[in-house]
Amino acid sequence: MKKKSFAKKFAVAAMAVVMAAALFTGCGDKKENSGDGDAKEFVIGGIGPTTGGGATYGQAVKNGAELAVKEINDAGGINGVPIRFEWQDDEGDAEKSVNAYNTLKDKGMQILMGTVTSQPCAAVVAETSKDNMFQLTPSGSAVESISGENAFRVCFSDPNQGIGSADYIAENFSGKKVGVIYNSSDVYSSGIYEKFASEAKEKKVEVVATEAFTKDAKTDFTVQLQKIKKSGAQVLFLPIYYEEAALILTQADQIGLDVTFFGCDGLDGVIGQLGDKASLAEGVMLLTPFAADAKDEKTQTFTAAYKAAYNDETPNQFAADAYDAIYVIKAAIEKAEATPDMSVSDLCDALKAAMTEITVDGVTGSMTWDASGEPAKEPKAMVIKNGSYAAV
Amino acid sequence: MNFLSYLISGISLGSVYALIALGYTMVYGIAKMLNFAHGDVIMIGGFVMFTAVSSQGTSPAIAIIAGIIVCTALGVVIEKVAYKPLRNATPLAVLITAIGVSYLLQNAALLVFGSAAKSFPAMINFPDWRISEGLTVSGETIVTILVTIVIMIGLTLFIQHTKPGAAMQAVSEDKGAAQLMGVNVNSTISLTFAIGSALAAIASLLLCSAYPQISPYTGAMPGIKAFVAAVFGGIGSIPGAMIGGILLGIIENLSKAYISSQLSDAIVFAVLIIVLTIRPTGILGKKMNEKV
Repeated sequence: MKKKSFAKKFAVAAMAVVMAAALFTGCGDKKENSGDGDAKEFVIGGIGPTTGGGATYGQAVKNGAELAVKEINDAGGINGVPIRFEWQDDEGDAEKSVNAYNTLKDKGMQILMGTVTSQPCAAVVAETSKDNMFQLTPSGSAVESISGENAFRVCFSDPNQGIGSADYIAENFSGKKVGVIYNSSDVYSSGIYEKFASEAKEKKVEVVATEAFTKDAKTDFTVQLQKIKKSGAQVLFLPIYYEEAALILTQADQIGLDVTFFGCDGLDGVIGQLGDKASLAEGVMLLTPFAADAKDEKTQTFTAAYKAAYNDETPNQFAADAYDAIYVIKAAIEKAEATPDMSVSDLCDALKAAMTEITVDGVTGSMTWDASGEPAKEPKAMVIKNGSYAAV
Repeated sequence: MNFLSYLISGISLGSVYALIALGYTMVYGIAKMLNFAHGDVIMIGGFVMFTAVSSQGTSPAIAIIAGIIVCTALGVVIEKVAYKPLRNATPLAVLITAIGVSYLLQNAALLVFGSAAKSFPAMINFPDWRISEGLTVSGETIVTILVTIVIMIGLTLFIQHTKPGAAMQAVSEDKGAAQLMGVNVNSTISLTFAIGSALAAIASLLLCSAYPQISPYTGAMPGIKAFVAAVFGGIGSIPGAMIGGILLGIIENLSKAYISSQLSDAIVFAVLIIVLTIRPTGILGKKMNEKV
């Protein structure tokens, strides 16, 4: 017994030595990588969930970003300097996201393109503003996701989507009764809903029924839909994701609810989600900056390149946001005439100033930024017609 | 009119809970353990059927049979690997193992199928029943209720009138004494799990047809609700599972309709607490003296 415990202690001590050694080696590596003076590349890091619940979003962002990086490098890089793109998985978890950020710093990251989901993004932005590292999130839409001065985003914020939707409905469906179904346990959905509700009040939109559901009960919506039907709503606003929306459309059809469905960017993907019932999506309207089936040349080139690169998968809005994010970083670097040998903090200051001066014409629209980090761009209203998106 | 339509949607939700609860209650009643992985076996069954129809292009009938075979085998394997070594351990250890198996299945499915929900192909073609304008019972609901009743009757007959059924009853009353009387306890428990998992496969077909999506988390919440339904009706009692399931669905939907759509789960669990305070063994549960 005694002997065994001695052996155990010895093993622990040996392990500690090995780990300490590894730590020192780690430091050595780090120095080598970020060795200033002869850096010949921009190192852009990406963080997002490529496993776990939000894996669809993380994978799309990773694919979109890698496609843009490849295009830029093939065309000779940014002012002749190639980009190295490093990705770390955070499983959509705030703590793991901060760990991923530290790992990327060890790998010599100079600019962060991330993170993908809102809550981890809020945690990481606290770190990047401490380090003064330039951060551009493709899809972190919560208000807190870009709370630092060093942080910008490509997508709309949740409140802006709520306001945009209320304005659109007030203008185009004036005098019609509106119903809402939203997910009260989700930051995205309730964030949009709250702003929608206050803006709708201001614009005198008549909201006759507001129903909610939670993440634990998101398969059966028949009661909510029956209440909407009873209220006599003519437009149903759905600030939710496409997975639940597909079930809502199916169940609305079963109870014979005849309304115009109206949603935000989360609804993108609903056609595929409906599978063999895709015809139910006909006439659904959504306010989104990107639709893969849009007919403009930029979108079509991007969609074709994405499909060719990732076994015929159709890009979603996250992929488009990430693709644009890399080009936004490129535009900012070119504007600031930044070079890879600048320190992370100097680079951040230069890019921060450049961001407010550039205009980027991306696949998610033409964008400009102010110092708060919010993009100014036009949401496009789309309607689903013959199984694809068409501009209204 | 509105009340009737809320009631009907409550019954159709409840019939799915009842069907899942049958599997829970069957395993608990005989093996005296809570198989928390039941919901995830349902999810695996759904994915087997989904893969068979969507990517292999087989006919629904073959897909359903494949689902039943895979689930049955999976149930037996889980029992052999995870629960059998703990036959004499404390119930708490077995419970935690069951939760572990549940996570294992969920994460394995995440790895293989990814996290995005997929659209489940229509496999049941049964006409809707139109009672009047705006009052329709969907074909899936009718099939679910019929199947649940048939299974309930079949299980009761099987347990009361066949030899393996008698062995199950013996094992449920006293494992040690049953063994002394020459009952093969291990194979009886394996058979219980095989039947419970085959029921899971059928439940997955009806669950995924009623709410036509499948994801690695499909089984998790319905599994917990069905467990509540089983406790509600009296865990271990087969007709109790049916009654508990239907009641749970009705309470959930009526509280959504008349109180609050966000509070419905809280209300369901509050009712459960009240019922258990008044009748600790559930609606149809037998009073049992704790063995010392």
